[in-house]
Amino acid sequence: MKQTGNSDKPKRFGMVIDLDKCTGCGACMVACMAENNVPFREDESKKRVSITWLQVYRLTNGKPYPDAEVCYLPRPCQHCAGKHEGHSPCVSVCPATATDYDQQTGIVSQIYTRCFGCRYCMGACPYHARHFNWWDPVWPEGMEKYLNPDVSARMRGIVEKCNFCFQRYQKGLEKAHMEGRRELEEHEYQTACTQACPAGAIIFGDLNNPKHQVHQIAKPNLKKGGRPQNPKAFRLLEELETNTKVYYLSSKQWVQDAIHKPDLLDQTEAQH
Amino acid sequence: MDSALIPKGVKRCPIWQFALGLGVVGAVLLWGVYAMFLCWFKGLNQTNMNDYYGFALWIWADLAVIALGGGAFFTGLLKYIIGKDDLKNIINYAVLIGFICYSSALLILAIDVGQPLRSWFIFWHANVHSMLTEVAFCLSCYFAVLTIEYIPLVLENRQLDKVPFVHNLTHTMHEHMAVFAATGAFLSFFHQGSLGGVAGVLFGRPFAFREHLFIWPWTFFLFTWSAAAYGPSFTLLVTRITEKITRKKLVKESTIQLLAKISGWMMLTYITAKIIDTVYWATTTAPSLGFTLKDFYSNNPVYGFWILGAELILGGVIPALMLVTPKIRQNRFALTTATVLAVIGVCLNRWVMILQVMAVPVMSFDTWAMYYPSWQEVATTVLPVAYGIILIMISYRYLPVFPNEAELNPLEPETPVVATAGTEEAAEEGPEPELTPAEA
Repeated sequence: MKQTGNSDKPKRFGMVIDLDKCTGCGACMVACMAENNVPFREDESKKRVSITWLQVYRLTNGKPYPDAEVCYLPRPCQHCAGKHEGHSPCVSVCPATATDYDQQTGIVSQIYTRCFGCRYCMGACPYHARHFNWWDPVWPEGMEKYLNPDVSARMRGIVEKCNFCFQRYQKGLEKAHMEGRRELEEHEYQTACTQACPAGAIIFGDLNNPKHQVHQIAKPNLKKGGRPQNPKAFRLLEELETNTKVYYLSSKQWVQDAIHKPDLLDQTEAQH
Repeated sequence: MDSALIPKGVKRCPIWQFALGLGVVGAVLLWGVYAMFLCWFKGLNQTNMNDYYGFALWIWADLAVIALGGGAFFTGLLKYIIGKDDLKNIINYAVLIGFICYSSALLILAIDVGQPLRSWFIFWHANVHSMLTEVAFCLSCYFAVLTIEYIPLVLENRQLDKVPFVHNLTHTMHEHMAVFAATGAFLSFFHQGSLGGVAGVLFGRPFAFREHLFIWPWTFFLFTWSAAAYGPSFTLLVTRITEKITRKKLVKESTIQLLAKISGWMMLTYITAKIIDTVYWATTTAPSLGFTLKDFYSNNPVYGFWILGAELILGGVIPALMLVTPKIRQNRFALTTATVLAVIGVCLNRWVMILQVMAVPVMSFDTWAMYYPSWQEVATTVLPVAYGIILIMISYRYLPVFPNEAELNPLEPETPVVATAGTEEAAEEGPEPELTPAEA
């Protein structure tokens, strides 16, 4: 993926997810699975062996009615840049260079044909954004006709993860090139989850581009590892300096506190 | 039946007893092999691992056997490079145990990866920044060194040694063994260290992450140090178990005492460094990442502060003090107890650095992840143990593993039988009761 850049200035694709708007409907998860040919099993009750690139967590403030409040937190891959661009927790540890940080887009990719399934990257990721194919994919009869032809299906024994629907970026670039353009408009590259969200809670774009909504909302301070300057915005595990590209918005103090201070969150209520 | 293969001047159990032993352990081995093929053909869904526990029982077993097998490189270093010549009495066994441990580790890895046929990618598409790449390269190279160190012992088999070429080859290999011992020590330093680095570099996992010295986290040095300290203790423990089973004294007491003393002092210095590392991590590193020590040891059914105490005190300070105290280590029971505690200590350390790392929640809204292995994981972990016992049984029976054995266990001469046989061979070999009837 290193040669995919079409412009001199590197991009830094990222997301802003407004937790105040998210209703927890799960449309983003469904869209993600359909777009990316994510395999599923008849029994999906064991969540830690099922593959969900984008997972929605349910948080509560732990208070009884009528003060109970719920917040849904969608968690795609955070596409960490690390302390220096490209030093993601997972990319730095993969022994076979099967996961890669694209300096042109900031996207962390997974090379399925190179992964040999050591799962070190899964252990390195604090967000549990990486999933192992414990089984070979089996599609219900006829469903193989509805698979996305732009995305390869994965075999048993390898790791996969969210790649910000990179195939859409490639398609968009092809179209732009055919039209003699080098740059994509903001709307020309959008992830499946962004488009599926009925509440408009997920916003996607180039964090480096001041014209893009994500830049305007999160106001990332690139001199400080992309930390948000919007007081309502925060990133998960900021202290670890993973330098993620997924920003969350919440006007509720208990949500912001709970993200940083586990004691304030009712652990027994945390579900996903 | 196999008396012609048994080393001179030593006594072995009857062949039926040996075959029975092999059969029992072999049955366990077959159970493990069956589970191994299940994992290979049906996939890792045969295990209880999951997306939270990508590393589990196997990786722990891998790290544990490599630490325990550290006796091979460290004893080799002490004998061939530092010049502790008395260790020649135990070096063969240390090499054999190391060979078993490292071959087991490679076998476990071959089962553990999701796509075993792609294992060579780690060499072909190597990411030089990954600790696992360093592990793969050094581990493979060191296994080759251990094989080279083990070969002369195999060639010393009584029948093989009769072939002049083999005899000369063995002699030449022995002469150059210092080169391999030095290479082995060099490689071991890096692969033991990089195994520590596997956990220490995980900056997304505050429980594992440690500060770095240049590119190496402190766990790099602690793992090498602990392998050098605890490996010899494991060699001593297995020697003791072998002596119990064979009901013989196999290694001179002076050698045992020397290795125990060195292991003890290494352990004492290691555990001091480990305690300093733990204090620094608990008071500085973890808080800087947004965690307190309590976060790692509470709100879960298994991992309490007891495990930290068990690793540092029960499996570290106590055996170290026992081994450095001459009066205690000279007591056979106390020595064995110390080595058992040491083995528990280093295994606990490896468990914590793999399994607990996976268990601790990092995101505030995540929960502790618990895990228990499937029978297939247990069987494939027992498999190398059974394989190791079989290799020890065969090596002990047919190879001169313990140079002092004949001297420490003189055979009672059965002169009447030898005299009646009156063959040239019997006269040449002297009193060796098992040989006489068959050879005659």
